[in-house]
Amino acid sequence: MKLELGYIFIKDIQFSDVSKVEDGTLYVNKEEVKALILEDEHFKKAEVELAKPGESVRIMPVKDVIEPRVKVEGPGGIFPGMISKVETVGSGKTNVLKGAAVLTTGKIVGFQEGIIDMTGPGADYTPFSKLCNLVLVCEPIDGLKQHEHEKALRFAGYKVASYLGGLAKKLTPDQVEVFETPTLTEGLKMYPGLPRVAYVCMLQSQGLLHDTYVYGIDAKQTLTTFIYPTETMDGAIVSGNCVSACDKNTTYHHLNNPVIADLFAEHGKTLNFVGVIISNENVYLADKERSSNWSAKLAEFLGVDGVVVSEEGFGNPDTDLIMNCKKIESKGIKTVLITDEYAGRDGTSQSLADADALANAVVSGGNANEVIELPPMEKIIGHVEVADIIAGGFDGSLHKDGSITAELQVITGATNEMGFNELSAR
Amino acid sequence: MIITNNDWVLYKYREKFNVVYIDGTFKDVLIAVRDRLHMGYELLTHPLGGSVKPGETPYKSIMVSDDKKSISFSSIYTIENAIITYDKFNKNKLKFINDKIAEDLKLIDLTVLESALNI
Repeated sequence: MKLELGYIFIKDIQFSDVSKVEDGTLYVNKEEVKALILEDEHFKKAEVELAKPGESVRIMPVKDVIEPRVKVEGPGGIFPGMISKVETVGSGKTNVLKGAAVLTTGKIVGFQEGIIDMTGPGADYTPFSKLCNLVLVCEPIDGLKQHEHEKALRFAGYKVASYLGGLAKKLTPDQVEVFETPTLTEGLKMYPGLPRVAYVCMLQSQGLLHDTYVYGIDAKQTLTTFIYPTETMDGAIVSGNCVSACDKNTTYHHLNNPVIADLFAEHGKTLNFVGVIISNENVYLADKERSSNWSAKLAEFLGVDGVVVSEEGFGNPDTDLIMNCKKIESKGIKTVLITDEYAGRDGTSQSLADADALANAVVSGGNANEVIELPPMEKIIGHVEVADIIAGGFDGSLHKDGSITAELQVITGATNEMGFNELSAR
Repeated sequence: MIITNNDWVLYKYREKFNVVYIDGTFKDVLIAVRDRLHMGYELLTHPLGGSVKPGETPYKSIMVSDDKKSISFSSIYTIENAIITYDKFNKNKLKFINDKIAEDLKLIDLTVLESALNI
């Protein structure tokens, strides 16, 4: 399966009468975006704001981050099973507004999280401070249930991202990158001297604000399966989870999975990249056993020498991570795990809720308990009053001057377990 | 059976399942589960289910088997690790949970449990 990604680099975002992309600027007709959101009868009001790198802006609470993309050639559309038909995606050509993002915000439940600062020390902790963001602030109708609110907000994000992505359909990309995965039989003959490597991408799947969707299906109802890496670049996997913002994979992360990017970069040089195994993280322990059994079985079947496993979340997913590790290692296949740590504020506590001697190659995305100070910002998009009840915040988190003292876990993407950030540990 | 300190779970499922209501803390639920595991009940759901951390929610519901068998050491390993993890988190924040947030935390606990009940 072969996909050409065409990048149109976005350096600025502005409101305008006409939505278009011109000379690296994304112009957005605010009213059209609002109308698109308000097509959904679950919303009574919608606001649309801009947040650019370097501005004194704090966005909170962020629910999802989505990169605008559009299918230019080949079957299907972006976000199959969600807003496009369930056609298999991942081949042909896709254009990307690289440097732009749609952010959804909202108070779905009373406790909150997910801060993105566009400047200052907080900005260094999140990759999304470097993007030209269109922020959606959607107000639900009275009495809307949390599940319906979450779903409506999620779809508002996809719709607006697709609307913006559509502006790139006829544009000539500034840069093109080609990604190709051969079939299993073709792949076996390629690069005979290089180790065959697969990627096990673990997906959070536990209920309200904890779910991930694959081609529209709730991942908790799936068996571990194989997916071509390029399918993820067309939005086959989307995020509906945002509790504990630091180590959740947003839709943006899935579209730009850095493990996939790095494995492609090394494909044919130091390794032979076989493809991606996706495996859920359910609460039921028998589900964890079944899903990890299937990860190991698929890794064995694919004839790989090694796998990279990325976790999502903390606590019970640590058990899935260790089960995947142990079972895959017991097949004689080497594993490298990517996780993050809840090692206490001083970093000296046990980092994970599970462990095993076979987990002897682990990459850390940073310590989510680390306490940080976020200075006040001139403008707040969203709801600042939730800082005191934010995950990782505590009483007194929000100071009178608008500054915040909290644990790193409040920041969206800070300790991402795909490694989509700069934090780590040695 | 469901061991819980979440009254939403009690009221919703007490007719359908064996619900043991603990009038206590998250940790009291963990301890009640641990005690049953030592008696030979098997742990069915992960005690740290959901991403709301032990220091952020007072509510927890955990499923264990209805029948006693031989002691499951993997169950005991998991619950002991959960207790160690629970103790690690600062509980200072729990004092400031208002009624609305408490309701949402009960809802999250309920949906995480229901994801295992397949309801």
